[in-house]
Amino acid sequence: MSTLGTVFLQSTSFIDAMYIVAFSLFIYGMSGLTGPRTAVRGNKIASVGMVIAVIATLMTRHVLDGSSTPWLIALGIALGTAVGVPAARNVKMTQMPQMVALFNGVGGGAVALIAWIEYRHHFGGDFPLRVEIPSLFAAIVGSVSFWGSNIAFAKLQEILPGRPIKLPGQSAINLLLLLVAAGSAVLLAAGTHSQALFVLGILLAAAVLGNMVVLPIGGADMPVVISLLNAFTGLSAAATGIALNNYALIVAGMIVGASGSILTNLMAKAMNRSVPAIVAGGFGGAVAAPVHAGAEGGTVRSTSAQDVAIQLSYARLVVIAPGYGMAVAQAQHAVRELERALEAKGVEVKYAIHPVAGRMPGHMNVLLAEADVPYDLLREMDDINPEFSRTDVTLVIGANDVTNPAAKNEPGSPIYGMPILEVDKSAAVVVLKRSMASGFAGIDNPLFYEPKTSLLFGDAKASVSEITAEVQAL
Amino acid sequence: MIVTELAILVLAAFVGFEVISKVPNTLHTPLMSGTNAIHGIVVLGGLLLMHEAHGVLEHALLVIAVMFGTINVIGGFLVTDRMLGMFKKKPDPVEPAEADSTGAGAGEEKK
Repeated sequence: MSTLGTVFLQSTSFIDAMYIVAFSLFIYGMSGLTGPRTAVRGNKIASVGMVIAVIATLMTRHVLDGSSTPWLIALGIALGTAVGVPAARNVKMTQMPQMVALFNGVGGGAVALIAWIEYRHHFGGDFPLRVEIPSLFAAIVGSVSFWGSNIAFAKLQEILPGRPIKLPGQSAINLLLLLVAAGSAVLLAAGTHSQALFVLGILLAAAVLGNMVVLPIGGADMPVVISLLNAFTGLSAAATGIALNNYALIVAGMIVGASGSILTNLMAKAMNRSVPAIVAGGFGGAVAAPVHAGAEGGTVRSTSAQDVAIQLSYARLVVIAPGYGMAVAQAQHAVRELERALEAKGVEVKYAIHPVAGRMPGHMNVLLAEADVPYDLLREMDDINPEFSRTDVTLVIGANDVTNPAAKNEPGSPIYGMPILEVDKSAAVVVLKRSMASGFAGIDNPLFYEPKTSLLFGDAKASVSEITAEVQAL
Repeated sequence: MIVTELAILVLAAFVGFEVISKVPNTLHTPLMSGTNAIHGIVVLGGLLLMHEAHGVLEHALLVIAVMFGTINVIGGFLVTDRMLGMFKKKPDPVEPAEADSTGAGAGEEKK
């Protein structure tokens, strides 16, 4: 065990050098992820960095000491692989957002558990503040992230309703919980070493706080929340790094924390929302204004696949606005077929992609790319909005909130101010919908009651296939 | 020591800000998922502490922590790869001007 070679390999400098290689690969890989051409490679590069970091850690002196240690580490990694690989491989494209939330959550959970162990080790003994403060921070933030992410998962998976859930006096409760968690932390840091204070005061209060903060946030804002929690987990990982004296953790955690907060801002901006407004949405009565009920009781016009086919075939420009409904029905291939059938008839077809259509930014692009829709037909919101005025028919496939004109016209609406696809400007609108249920934000859509709008009820995939068949038969 | 670590922390923050300064909407989700995988690095914390653990509770907590971290890392990278897989063999959506020169190259990547 003590040959010169092993001594060298286990030396701190060598391990640190490997860490430097690892986080360089993270940074390089992440910068690759910001461009479509380099993204796939960037992700692979970052994962190589992770493998190097893990190997370096396992090579560190004493890490594998003890007869059971290697086995327990192997057990943890094996369990994680057994859960993570099938989950990542089998998840449907429509369920990606909640999967990311879940992965983020377990990361936060790992942080909180590690902080707990770190606390136990120093419990009653020597606990320097430079270890204690970051550990307490990691325990609180990791725990909030774990529970918050689980709630986000449950909401997106529709285990919990997507609409905001609020308790009376929510903001007071949240503030109290934060005080309990922070107060326990201060007491602990001041020298009151108590196991119960740590577990009950910090881990539990933070857990409930995580639930409370995310529960009141509406489903439509969930991607931004997941991104925010992602940044949180990064920060807490960096704090763990300081407590454990580990450079790889500090750098990787902080980069994620920083980039995650920028990304959160970018996402919020794409929805014309501000991050404080989204989070505060859960804190008070700010969105208490009742949803304008003007559209209620209006009548909708339903139509048949044949009528839609005729309408589409004789149009010059058809814009397809896909949404979550298309994703759920896995209708992207059927949509591509319809587009081809229409193009064969000389109809110009474009796709209007709202930045947050579906439940994550880029969701629609991914699905339509899978169905081989050419990129040049996909138009982002700002490019397509001016074109709606010369569009003959807009085909809305399972999109709701992102087409809701209430976002422009009704200051009382919870989504007021969110930029939308202005489909109501086109000459006619056909909406494919499963039922009259409201969208994920739980808001009624006046678009459906407009005279120029007709609705075709049914599963998006079946409806689109039917329309395609009718178009081809014409 | 703590000063060095704080310096590293601050510099890493600037790197993080810088790397994400501009990114197309389309890539928000994969990027979030990719950075999500990277913070799975906390698994190292579990690995480092395992040999110091005493008793069943600590060992059990650490095995769970390592499991969670591993799920975060492996799941995160795999999911990101699957999302990005949808973009392969397609010409560049963001900079169409370069599409001609890059389309072929992207197409050669393995399926």
